[in-house]
Amino acid sequence: MTGDMSDLKPTAPIIQVRNLHKSFTLHTQGGIKLDVLSSTDLSVAPGDCVALMGPSGAGKSTVLRCLYGNYLPQSGAVLIRHKGRMTNLVGAEPRVVLALRRETLGYVSQFLRVIPRIASIDLVSEPLITLGVEPEAAREKAATLLTRLRIPTRHWDLAPATFSGGEQQRINIARTMVVDYPALLLDEPTASLDADNRQTVIELILEARDRGAAVVGIFHDEEVRDAVCTHRHHVAAPDGNRDAPDTVDSEDRQDLAI
Amino acid sequence: MTQTDRTRAHMSQAGTPASELPLLRVTELAKSYGGLPACRDVSFDLWPGEILAVVGESGSGKTTLLKCISALLSCDTGQIEYLMRDGVMRDIHALSEAERRFLMRTDWGFVHQNPREGLRMRVSAGANIAERMIAVGARNYGKIRGAAENWMDRVELDSARLDHQPNTFSGGMQQRLQIARNLVTHPRLVFMDEPTGGLDVSVQARLLDLLRSLVTKLQLSAVLVTHDLAVARLLSHRIMVMQGGEVVETGLTDQVLDDPQHPYSQMLVSSILPV
Repeated sequence: MTGDMSDLKPTAPIIQVRNLHKSFTLHTQGGIKLDVLSSTDLSVAPGDCVALMGPSGAGKSTVLRCLYGNYLPQSGAVLIRHKGRMTNLVGAEPRVVLALRRETLGYVSQFLRVIPRIASIDLVSEPLITLGVEPEAAREKAATLLTRLRIPTRHWDLAPATFSGGEQQRINIARTMVVDYPALLLDEPTASLDADNRQTVIELILEARDRGAAVVGIFHDEEVRDAVCTHRHHVAAPDGNRDAPDTVDSEDRQDLAI
Repeated sequence: MTQTDRTRAHMSQAGTPASELPLLRVTELAKSYGGLPACRDVSFDLWPGEILAVVGESGSGKTTLLKCISALLSCDTGQIEYLMRDGVMRDIHALSEAERRFLMRTDWGFVHQNPREGLRMRVSAGANIAERMIAVGARNYGKIRGAAENWMDRVELDSARLDHQPNTFSGGMQQRLQIARNLVTHPRLVFMDEPTGGLDVSVQARLLDLLRSLVTKLQLSAVLVTHDLAVARLLSHRIMVMQGGEVVETGLTDQVLDDPQHPYSQMLVSSILPV
C-alpha cells in the first residue's frame, strides 16, 4: 500500500490519480450500469489548485468523492502523500482511509451533513480535538474562523440545523479549514455565499496554497476559479455506448498500489 | 511482560507491538440453531477506537453474531480473539469461565436493546452502577456512591434519584442507566444491540448525542447492531451489511451508504424514507 518515498522532493505531487474508472451498477433498477469516469489522470503539486471543469453530470463531484474514499472506483489508483509516503486510497483498509482523512485530506462537501444538536463551535473544533489539540486551543482557532466567515457570535453555541444554507455552508468550510490539511478537496465551496464571504473563502484557499497545500476543487463561479486555480482539468463523461472496462479483481488492485 | 511470556501466550504474535494488533479479531465464525445457520463465515478485525455497525434486516444474524463475539453464546466454529490489557491476543472461548466473567464485567460492556435485560430492576439505580465497580474490587462506600452520582450526571440522569429503583424510570432513563452501569468500569469494548430501538424519536436523539460524545471522549471501541442506517451513519466508522447470516458488504460507513455495491445494501439504502 505504501512505498519507500524517502526521496520525495518538496515539489513532488501530493495528489496523484492514475487511470481512474468509476461506474455505478444500479441493482434495484434492473442492473443498469452507468459509466461515469474512465481513464481519469490527475497530478497536483504542493501549492497548486486544480479546477475540475465540465458540464453538470460530467462526473466532477464523482472525481472528488473517489479522491476522498467516499466512492469506490472500479480500478485505477488515487495516491495521496500521507506522512511522507504515497498511499493508495483505492483498495485501502478503512482505518487507513480514516487516518488519511483525519490528518491529511480535507473535504468540503456541497452541503453540510448536519450532526443534530451539536453546537456550531464544537462542530468546527472537533477535527482539531480529534488530532489531539487541547480543547481550549481548538476552540480558539474555531472562533477565529467563525469570525472571519462572519458567523455572528450569538450563533456559535447553536446547532446549525436551523441556519440558512449559506451559514451552514460556512460552518462546513470552517470545519475543514480549521485543520491545515496538506490536501484539500472542495466541492463548490462558494455556491451559496454572498460576495464578502466568497472573498473570505478565496483568501482561505490562497492561504492554504501558500502553506503548500494541494487543492482540487469544483468552482462554478468564474471569479472564484480565476482567483484560486493554477490548473484546469476537464472531466468528460464517457460515451454511454462504449463498453466500460470490466471490474478489476482485488489482485489487480494490489498491483496498482505502490 | 517478557518475550517468553508473549511467545507462550500466542506464538504468531511474538514480537508484534500491541499498537499493530486489532482489539478484536473474528475469524470464520459460524453458528447455527438446530441445523439452521444463523451466521456463516464471518471474519473481521476491530481496531482500537473504532465503531463498527452491523446492519441488516430482522433475521439476518446480527444479534447472533453480537452474542457470539461477546461470549454470551458459544459458536460452532471459528475463532474470536481479544487483545487483553497485557497486549496479548487470547481466544475468548479458550479462556476459563472465571477469566471470561472478569473480562465481561471489567473490560467489556453490553448494552441490550431492552434495558430490563441489562439492569437489575429490584435494586436501586446507584446499586446498578455500583455492582460492576464492586466486581473489580471497589469497597469504599463513599467513593462508590460518588462515582455512581458522577455517572448519573454524565448520562444526564438526576442524581437525586440514585436510590430509586429502575422500575420507576422511563424507558429512555433506563437505557441511560444501563449505559452508565456499563461504562463505570471504563471498558475498552462495548457491544450494543439496537441501543435506541425501543425509544421514541426525541428520546432516541438525546441518547444518540450522549453515545456519540461518550464514545469520542472515552475512546471506546464498539460493535453496534442496528437496523437503522441513520444511527449507523451518526455513530460508526465502518459498516458490515448482513443478509441471511452472511456478510455481503463491508467498508467505510459513508462509502457503503453513499456508494453501496451489493444488491442487498443498495436495497437497504434506497429503502430509507426521506423526511
